[in-house]
Amino acid sequence: MTTPLLSVKNLNLTIPTGSGTLHAVRGIDFDLHRGETLSIVGESGSGKSLTSLALMGLLGKSIARSADEMRFDGIDLLAANRRVMRDLRGNRIAMIFQEPMTSLNPAYTIGDQLTETLLLHRKVSKSVARARAVELLEKVGITAAESRLSQYPHQLSGGLRQRVMIALALMCEPDLLIADEPTTALDVTIQAQILRLLVDLTREMNMAMILITHDLGVVARVADKVAVMYAGELVETGPAQEVFATPSHPYTRGLLRCIPQPGKTERGAPLGTIPGVVPSLIGEVSGCVFRTRCPHARAECRAEIPQYGTPSHGFRCVYDDGALSEEGEFA
Amino acid sequence: MLTFILKRLGLAVLVAITVSFISFSLLFLSGDPAAALAGETASGEDIEAIRRLYGFDRPMLVQYGEWLFSALRGDFGESYYFKLPVASLIADRLQVTMLLGLCGILFALLTAVPLGVAAAIRPNSIIDRLALFLSVAGQAMPSFWFGLILIVVLAIQLGWLPPSGASTWRHFVMPTIVLGYYAMPAIMRLTRAGMLDVLESDFIRTARAKGAGETRVLFKHALRNAIIPVVSLAAVQMGFMLGGSIVVESVFALHGAGFLAWESIARNDLPTVQALILVFSMFYIIFTFLADVLNAWLDPRMRSA
Repeated sequence: MTTPLLSVKNLNLTIPTGSGTLHAVRGIDFDLHRGETLSIVGESGSGKSLTSLALMGLLGKSIARSADEMRFDGIDLLAANRRVMRDLRGNRIAMIFQEPMTSLNPAYTIGDQLTETLLLHRKVSKSVARARAVELLEKVGITAAESRLSQYPHQLSGGLRQRVMIALALMCEPDLLIADEPTTALDVTIQAQILRLLVDLTREMNMAMILITHDLGVVARVADKVAVMYAGELVETGPAQEVFATPSHPYTRGLLRCIPQPGKTERGAPLGTIPGVVPSLIGEVSGCVFRTRCPHARAECRAEIPQYGTPSHGFRCVYDDGALSEEGEFA
Repeated sequence: MLTFILKRLGLAVLVAITVSFISFSLLFLSGDPAAALAGETASGEDIEAIRRLYGFDRPMLVQYGEWLFSALRGDFGESYYFKLPVASLIADRLQVTMLLGLCGILFALLTAVPLGVAAAIRPNSIIDRLALFLSVAGQAMPSFWFGLILIVVLAIQLGWLPPSGASTWRHFVMPTIVLGYYAMPAIMRLTRAGMLDVLESDFIRTARAKGAGETRVLFKHALRNAIIPVVSLAAVQMGFMLGGSIVVESVFALHGAGFLAWESIARNDLPTVQALILVFSMFYIIFTFLADVLNAWLDPRMRSA
C-alpha cells in the first residue's frame, strides 16, 4: 500500500462558548490516496465544513484544532507555519465553496480573479495566466471563455459562477480538491452537470477529492470512499459500494431510509425519517452520540465505543456484528 | 461606464439648475428686497424708486433668467454691504476656505480610514478601543471648544503655532485638526463597520483559500468593497467643509467663505448670500458626482444603475 496523499488522525476541533466548550469535531480519522474521491456525508451542523476548513488552515481564530497527525504529501500540516500553508492553499490544496453567488469578489473581473491564483503561486507572465484561465474556463464548459474574462461576477448566473469557482480551484493543478457542498445552491439540472464535471476533472488530472455533501444520491454516483459524519464524529467509513450495500451503523441506515430508491420504495409510501435532534456538544461528550435517537440504544452505548469492522470498512456501534436486522427500525 | 458618467452628469446639471432657481427665489422669500435695501426710515416713494432702479418690478422669471445668465459669466452683481463685485469677494474668501477644507478632509481620511481598518482587523483590541474613544470624543466635543483648547495648549502655552490668522501654513495646522476631527468619527465608524462586514464575506474566504497573504486580502479584496459607502460620505463631508465652517473660521480668525456667509446673512446682503448658496451647492453637486463616478469605478455593479 502506498503512503496516502492525506492522512488525518484523531482530529479534534473545539469552540469556546459562553456556556462551555463546544466539541464540534471529535476523533476524526481518514486517509486519502491520489485519484481517490472521499465523500463526507452528514446533516447540517455535523462538522463537515469545519473539518475541511481545518485542513486548509482557514478556521476562525476562536476555533482550537488538535490532532495526532495531519499530513499532506509528507508535509506536517499541524506544524506548518503561515507561509507554508499559504503556499499550499490554492496551489496544492484547492477548495470550492457552497455559495457560488457570493464566493467571487464583486469588484474584480473573472479574469483578474482567475489569474490571481496562478500569479500568486507561479512565476508566470500575465498573458500565460490568461491563457491558462481561458483553457480552464473552456474545460469547465463555459462558452466564449475569452470574453468572459472581462466580465464581472454579477453578470453571470449561479451555475456559471460555480463553474468559474471550479476553474479557479484548478488553476494550479492541485493535488487535492476539497468541494464543500458544491451543488447545494444550484438547480437540480445544473447540479448533475457540475457533479459530472468534477468527477471527470478529478479523473483527468488524477486529483484526490474530498466531496462534502448531505446528499446521498451524490455520494452513490461519485465517491470511492464514504465517511458518514454525525454530531462531529465519523460513525462509519468505508468503500462507497460496501457502505451502501451493508450499512453497519444505525445512523447510516437511517440516512439511507430517507432517500427513495427506484424499484424498492413504493409509490406514495412515506419516506423514512430519523426522529429526534442532534444532541448538544457543549461540555464532555461521551459514549455513542447517536444513542439519544437510536432505536437500539442500550446501557453499553454510554461507554466509549471502539471502532468495529474491518480496517477498510469501520463503524462505531456496539452492534459490532453489523448484522442488525432492518425490521422494526425507525417505526 | 461612459453612459453612466453622462447620465450622472445630466442629473447633476438638472439639480444645479433647480438649486440656482431656489437660491434666486430666496431674494423674494425673505421679504421685499427693495424695502430691505431702502432701509427702515425710507418713504414709500424711495422704496418704489429703488424697486425700479434694481428692476424688482419686472416678472420674476425674467429677473431669474437675467441673474442666471450673468452668474454663468461669473457676474453675481454687487454686494449691498461691501460695495464690491460679489464674484471677486467670494473668490477672495474661498481661497482660505478651500485650502482649509481640502486639508481638513485629507486629515480626516488619512486618520479615519487606517484607524477604521486597524480596528476592524482586531475587534475589541486596544486599537479598536482607542478608535472608539477617539470617535466618541470627536462626536461629543464641540468644535469651538476643541479649537480653544488647541489654542490654549499649542499656541499660548507651548508657543508652537500661531493662534490666529491665515498668512502661513502654520496658521492652518490647528484649524485643519479641528475641522478634520469633526469629520473623522463618522468616516472611521463607517470604515470599521464596512471592513467588519466585508471580512465576513464568502469572497474573502475564497481569497484566503487561493493562498493570498493577509495584506493582499485586506487591501486588495476587502478594502475596495468596504470603502464604497465611505466615498459617498466623504463627498458630503467635503461639500460641507468647502462650504466653510463658520465656527472654525471664527475661532481661528480665518476670514473665509463661511465667515462671509455669516456676515452677509447678518447684514441682509442678499446678492452675496444668493451667490454663496449657489457656490456651496455647486460644491455638493460636484463632489456627489465625483463620488458616484469613483464608486462606479470601485464597484462594477453600480455602473448599470
